[in-house]
Amino acid sequence: MSAVLQDPQLMEVNPPLVRSEDYHDLTNQICSIVEGDVIKTPTKYWITLAITASITGLLGLMLAYLVSTGIGVWGNNRPIGWAWDITNFVFWIGIGHAGTLISAILFLFRQKWRTSINRSAEAMTLFAVMCAGIFPLFHTGRPWRAYWLFPIPNTDLNLWQNFRSPLIWDVFAVSTYFTVSLLFWFTGLVPDLATLRDRTLSKLKRVIFGALSLGWRGSARHWSNYEKAYLILAAISTPLVLSVHSIVSFDFATSVIPGWHTTIFPPYFVAGAIFSGFAMVMTLLLIARWTLNLQNLITMKHLENMNKIILVTGLVVGYAYACEFFIAWYSGNIYERFTFLNRAFGPYWWAAWSMYTCNVFIPQLYWFKRLRNNLWVMFIISITTNIGMWFERFVIIATSLTRDFLPTSWGYFHPTWVDMCTFAGTFGLFLTAFLLFARFLPMIAISEVKGVLAVQKHQFTEEEVMAAK
Amino acid sequence: MNLDQLKDKLGIGEDKVYGVMGAFESPDELVDAGRKVREMGYTKLDAMTPFPVHGIDDAIGVPPSKLGWFVIWFSALGALTAVTLIWYVGAIDYRLVIGGKPYFDFSYTIPIAFELTVLFSAFASFLGMWAFNGLPRLYHPSFNYSQAHRASDDLFLLVVEANDPKFDAQRTVEHLRSVGAGDVEVVEG
Repeated sequence: MSAVLQDPQLMEVNPPLVRSEDYHDLTNQICSIVEGDVIKTPTKYWITLAITASITGLLGLMLAYLVSTGIGVWGNNRPIGWAWDITNFVFWIGIGHAGTLISAILFLFRQKWRTSINRSAEAMTLFAVMCAGIFPLFHTGRPWRAYWLFPIPNTDLNLWQNFRSPLIWDVFAVSTYFTVSLLFWFTGLVPDLATLRDRTLSKLKRVIFGALSLGWRGSARHWSNYEKAYLILAAISTPLVLSVHSIVSFDFATSVIPGWHTTIFPPYFVAGAIFSGFAMVMTLLLIARWTLNLQNLITMKHLENMNKIILVTGLVVGYAYACEFFIAWYSGNIYERFTFLNRAFGPYWWAAWSMYTCNVFIPQLYWFKRLRNNLWVMFIISITTNIGMWFERFVIIATSLTRDFLPTSWGYFHPTWVDMCTFAGTFGLFLTAFLLFARFLPMIAISEVKGVLAVQKHQFTEEEVMAAK
Repeated sequence: MNLDQLKDKLGIGEDKVYGVMGAFESPDELVDAGRKVREMGYTKLDAMTPFPVHGIDDAIGVPPSKLGWFVIWFSALGALTAVTLIWYVGAIDYRLVIGGKPYFDFSYTIPIAFELTVLFSAFASFLGMWAFNGLPRLYHPSFNYSQAHRASDDLFLLVVEANDPKFDAQRTVEHLRSVGAGDVEVVEG
């Protein structure tokens, strides 16, 4: 075979995505995180885990207190029957959306840089949706009756769900989203579990990984069906992720409350979800990259690409804010106009301006290449973005509900300590789950990164170069 | 059926031969060798690789996956289930006027019909993929090959199965060596 080495000039313009000598080094690097002796895990890992697990314990206590006492322990009261619970629900669901975007949409667009980050982003999706689910589940007051949400013929209630309501659409959207994300994630994990099975010397681990990898042997026929399944899952997850946040926004948009009853909500919510989700992926990856020494696999190129997506979605969100203000003025509707003036200059001005600052102004720094490539800048912006996106949901919910049509029923929302501890507790759950995942499962998709490495290593024949030209 | 008969049927046992296997260092070599072996007239070929190697399907004659045709029926079933459920609940079993809306209208079935289409398709592609691959499976003779554990790491294996009409242990071993395979072995069932 007459091999033509890759053009050195081309290599400079388009540097290699992952830096690893060969397939075996790559396997070693990723598997060694999982395979290390549990006892020898660095102390800082256990300390972090102890802290996050304690916060998860706090979540358990808060939920137990809520169930045993009643929903009144949250600050929800007239006129604001939905408050932090739905804010947190939308916030966490939104975080999850980046995982699906990376695993499905970027896959369809053949963005090879996704392979280093998709596994952890998908795991993040699962944990975020779990955190999200807690809020509506416990807002029912009787979570053990949650099966009433599903159309299961029941004898204790003798009722069917109201399919004309967006709330039941939400039940279907979120449960489908979780299930499909889980199947997608597990499908991607199987070849890597087979790698772990083939490497381990411990009998117990071989049984566990052997069972989980389902007898995968990397046969060409397996891969052929596998790639087709992966393509189908990506192709259906793409509209799914758009539909989930659209349906979440229908919870608001189909009502008549000023500030909610707008057609811009679905795209505006989806853009915001991706914006906040990418920021959360960024926060987690920066920490993982630093603590687990993954600089050669999660390169500056990956991080810069994510920052570009944060900038674009931030601009879309900023455009949506501007559009809302314009329509409030242009519609001539006095309630709508009041709602938006009240948002910016009413009693919740501090929340609204936090949101504009964090979501619209701060991400503009990413126009500068130097700032897009600065680890401290991206770490800080990833956090401010999530603060801003939490405030966005809070502002939408609180300003519209506390001041609607009738001034006699206006109010102001005060969260209780239970609200605050429950929300903090979900962060404990999220981080605990992520830490356990990062330690006990391969957090980078080994087989997919090898595919990228193979393309980098491939030496093109003269015929192939001619064909490409 | 007792265990021995089952083993016979699956071609498992020390007295049986699964095939001849050889190893390559890179995907390009594997595809090249696969094509040459197929040109020698072998038809029952397989490869074991740590990641999907593009071009191997053509080289050794793996037919395109039919999974898509399997999944699409379940997608349709998902949409149909949703519309039927909502129609039955609204128009037949539990007729209730809510907000002056009709008992049944196609427009408000769209979100749930979409979600169930996705859900059914996802399960069909997930379960269908395992079924098409004959997995989960506790044992496979290819694991008897001395380098099998590296097929998920950094080796690219080529398999000529014993049920190939042209298969002859001795000659097949030589054929695999002639296309550049290393560690060529006759693998028992």
